[in-house]
Amino acid sequence: MSKKHITATVNGDVSEFLADPGTTLLDALRDELGLTGSKEGCGTGDCGACSVIVDGRLVCSCLMLAAEAEGKRIETIEGMAQGGVMHPLQQKFLEHAALQCGFCTPGLLVASKSLLETNPDPTETEVRFWLAGNLCRCTGYDKVIRAVMDAAAEMRQVRRAS
Amino acid sequence: MTDTLDRPPTTPDLAVVGTRPIRPDGAEKVTGRARYGADFVMPGELHGRIKRSPHAHARIVAIDTRKARALPGVKAVVTGADFPDLPSEALEAGEALQNLRDLSHNVIARDKVLYDGHAVAAVAATSAAIAEAALDLIEVKYEVLPHVIDIEAAMAPDAPLLHDTIFTEGLPAKPDRPSNVAKRSEFARGDLDAAFAEADVVIEGRYETQAVHQGYIEPHACVCAIAPDGQATIWASSQGAFMIRTNCAKLLGMDVANIRVTPAEIGGGFGGKTTVYLEPLALALSKQSGAPVKMVMSRDEVFRATGPTSGSVMKVKLAAKTDGTITGVDLEMMFSAGAYPGSPVGAACMTAIGCYDVPNFRIVGYDVLNNTPKTMAYRAPGAPIAAFAVESAVDDLALKLGLDPIAIREKNGVRDGTVAAYGAKFQNIGYLETLEALKTHPHMQAPLGPNQGRGVAVGFWFNAGGDSAATVHLGDDGTVTVATGSPDIGGSRASMAMMAAEVLGVPMEKVRAIVADTASVGFTMVTGGSRTTYATGMAVIQATEKVVAELKRRAAILWDVSVDDVEWLKGEAVYRGGEKSMTLTALAAKAPRTGGPIQAEAALNAQGAGPGFAAHACDVEIDPETGAVTILRYTAVQDVGRAIHPSYVEGQIQGGSAQGIGWALNEEYIFDKDGRMENAGFLDYRMPVASDLPMIDAVMVEVPNPRHPYGVKGVGEVPIVPPLGCVANAVRAATGVRMYALPLSPPRVRAALQTKGG
Repeated sequence: MSKKHITATVNGDVSEFLADPGTTLLDALRDELGLTGSKEGCGTGDCGACSVIVDGRLVCSCLMLAAEAEGKRIETIEGMAQGGVMHPLQQKFLEHAALQCGFCTPGLLVASKSLLETNPDPTETEVRFWLAGNLCRCTGYDKVIRAVMDAAAEMRQVRRAS
Repeated sequence: MTDTLDRPPTTPDLAVVGTRPIRPDGAEKVTGRARYGADFVMPGELHGRIKRSPHAHARIVAIDTRKARALPGVKAVVTGADFPDLPSEALEAGEALQNLRDLSHNVIARDKVLYDGHAVAAVAATSAAIAEAALDLIEVKYEVLPHVIDIEAAMAPDAPLLHDTIFTEGLPAKPDRPSNVAKRSEFARGDLDAAFAEADVVIEGRYETQAVHQGYIEPHACVCAIAPDGQATIWASSQGAFMIRTNCAKLLGMDVANIRVTPAEIGGGFGGKTTVYLEPLALALSKQSGAPVKMVMSRDEVFRATGPTSGSVMKVKLAAKTDGTITGVDLEMMFSAGAYPGSPVGAACMTAIGCYDVPNFRIVGYDVLNNTPKTMAYRAPGAPIAAFAVESAVDDLALKLGLDPIAIREKNGVRDGTVAAYGAKFQNIGYLETLEALKTHPHMQAPLGPNQGRGVAVGFWFNAGGDSAATVHLGDDGTVTVATGSPDIGGSRASMAMMAAEVLGVPMEKVRAIVADTASVGFTMVTGGSRTTYATGMAVIQATEKVVAELKRRAAILWDVSVDDVEWLKGEAVYRGGEKSMTLTALAAKAPRTGGPIQAEAALNAQGAGPGFAAHACDVEIDPETGAVTILRYTAVQDVGRAIHPSYVEGQIQGGSAQGIGWALNEEYIFDKDGRMENAGFLDYRMPVASDLPMIDAVMVEVPNPRHPYGVKGVGEVPIVPPLGCVANAVRAATGVRMYALPLSPPRVRAALQTKGG
C-alpha cells in the first residue's frame, strides 16, 4: 500500500510527512519528523509516555494513526519551551527533582500542561487522577505532584499580576 | 504538604554537599532532547526483530529460515546455531554472577526453549514491517514438553526437568540424579532445637509471593554496528556499558577493545538492565548483513522475556520469650529462578534477619528452576521477599504478646558490634536511629477510622562498593568536566558534580558531569547495588583531589615557593595563610605556562560500603465490599549515611516505597495452564498509578559512613525492603485477618474477609 501524504501543524509550524496507513502518530513523530521526545513505553495506551496534545485534547500518540493527524494542531514536548525559555512546569519539575530516569517525564509534562490549561487550580486529588494515565516507576509520584501544584500556583500568580 | 525545598541543608559544615541544586542533565530531560536507547539512529540502520517461543517448554526439532531469507528486504537471519558453544563457567559482569553458557542460551535458545517468550531466531530487515513479516516465515518445529511453574511442584522428584545437567549444589554429597533444585544454601548459628524447646511463644506461617517485574518504563533498546574489520560500536540503554562490552565479547568471542559501547540515557532499570538480551543478537545480525541494526523490545517482550524477580514459598517459625525477646528463627525459603539458576535466594537468606540480633537461627534457601523467564536482579534482590515473611511473623509475635510493633523491633534490634547472620560485624549503623525517628513521627499518632489499620516493618540491605573509575579535567576558564562510567539512572550526574565541586571549593554549576563511553573512561561496574554515589563518587573525589594537588603545585611554580606552603581553600590556592592567593580560574588560564593541561584520573575498588536500614509505617483503609486496599498514609525512615543531594535521596526512598506497595497490592505474573503469561501488558500487570498513592514522607536519618569522605551510604535499594510486610501488617490491622500470600489484590482481600465473616 502506498504512503499517505499528511499535513499537520506541529508545535506551531506546518509539517508535511509521508506515512503508511497503519503508522501511528507516535512513530511518525519519532521516525519521520525526528521528534523523539515522545516515548514508547507500551504501545497500548497504558503508560502515557507518548502523550501529545491534538487540537487541545490530550491523547496517547501510540493509539492514534498518523493519517488522522491531517489538518490537526499537534503539540509535543519539543514545543513546550518557548524561545529557549522553559515552561513553568519544566522549571518546577527540575526544582522539585520530579524526575529520576526522565523517560516518562515528557509525557507527564505534556499531560500536566493539558491539565492546567483546563483547570488552573487543581486539587492534589485532581492532579493525581488526571495523571493516572502516566506511569512513572522511579519517583512514586510524590515530587511530580508537588511540582505540578507548585507550577499551577506560580502560573496563577503570573496571570493575576498581568 | 511540607515543601522539601524549604528545608535547610542537611550538612551545614559543607558548602555543596547537602544542598539541592538542579541536576546537570535536567534541562535535556524536561525538553525531550535527552536520547534514550531507541532515540539514536545510525545511517542505513536495519530493523531487528525476534522470533520467540510460544511454548513454556519444548524441544526445538528444526528451524527453517529459508522462506524468511528469501523475503525481499530481509538482510540477515540468525538462530542459536550462529552463536558459539560456550563453557559453563562463572562470568562476573552484572550485579550478580552469571553463568556464561546460561547467558548465551538465554539470549538465544539452542536445543530447548524453556519459557514462553524465549528467543529462537532473529531477523534484520529494511523496515520493521518486513522484519515482522519475516518472523512469520520462519518455521520452527517443536516437540512440546511438559512444563512446570509452581515452585513446590518444580521441586518434586517427578517434576518435568528443565536441565538434565543440573544436580543440586550445596548438599553433603552430589545427588545421583539431576533436579530443578539448582542449589541449597544454609546459614545457621546456635542451638535452634533448644531455642524452640525453651520458647514461651512460637509463631508459624507459610508465605507466598509471585514473580514481579522491575517495570521500567523504557523497553530494552540498542543500535549495533560491526565493521568488516571486526570493530563494533554499540549504542544502548543499560545499567552498565562495560557490562554490555564484557558480555558481548564473551558471547561472540570478540576482543574487548574491539567493542565500544556508548551509554544512552536509561529509562529505568532497577536491576533488570544488568544483563544483555538484544545486543549480542543485533551484533550478529549486523555482522551478517554488514549494516547497523536497531532492536527495540515491545512491552509484551519485556514482560515475557526479561527478568522478573522470583516468586517464593517461605516457611517461617519464631521462638520467643514472653518479654518479646526473639530466641530462635527457623526459616525455609524456596525461590523460583526461572529458566536458569540464579534466583536471589542467597541474598534473601543473608538479609532475612538483617535487622534482628537473634542467637539461634537456621535459614535455608532453595534456588528452584521453573519454566518462566530467567529472573534478574530487582532492587535489593531477594530482601523484600524474605522481609515479607519475617516482618509478618514478627508482627504476629507482637500481637500475641501485646507488644508495640516498634518496641519489639527495638528490643531485638541490631546495633554496632552485632554479628549479622551472614557473618559481618555491623559498625556505624543507624538502625535504632531509624526506629526512634519513626516512633516520634506524627504518623504514629494520626487517628484511624473504621476499616483502617496501621502497619510497621523494617528492612536491611548490604549496599555495595566495587570497581569504578573517574576522570576530571579542567577547562582553560577554570570550569570542570567530570567523566564517569556509571549510567545516570536517578540523578547521579548531580551527585558526582556536587562531590567534585565540594573538593574544589567551587559552585556546583562550575562542574559538569558526563557519562562516558567504554573507550573514554576506565572500567566501571554497573549502576546497581546502591554503589554509584558511594564507589564512583569516591573515584570522583580521589581524582578531584589529585587535580587540587596539581593546582597547588602549579601555584607553587608561579610563586616560586615550596608546594608544602600552599593550601587549597574555597577554590583558591593560598600561600602562607593569605600572603598570596590565586583562584582556580586564574590557575587554569596559566596552565599552558606551568606544565600543560590539568586533569587526573582515579580507578578503585571501593570497600566498606555502609549497610542500609529502613523503618516504614503505613495506614490503609479496606473497602469491605470490594476488598480494595487504599494507602492512606506512608512514612519511610531511612539511614542514608549522608545525603549528597537530599531531593534525589528522598526520590529513591519514595520510588522504592511505591514499587514495594505495588508488589504488596497488585503486581504478579499470571500464567495460563500452558505456561503462557496472561498479563504481559501494563493494563493487566497493574503497577501503581498516581491516584493509587498518597504523598510518601521520606525521612532521612544521617549516621555517616566513616569509610566515605562525605559519609555516603547507598540509598537506592533498602526502601523497597519493608513495604511488602508493612502493607500486609496494615491490612492485618484493618481486617483482623493475617494474609499469607501476595499480592493483596481486591479478590484475595475480599475472600479473606468472607472467610473471616462466615
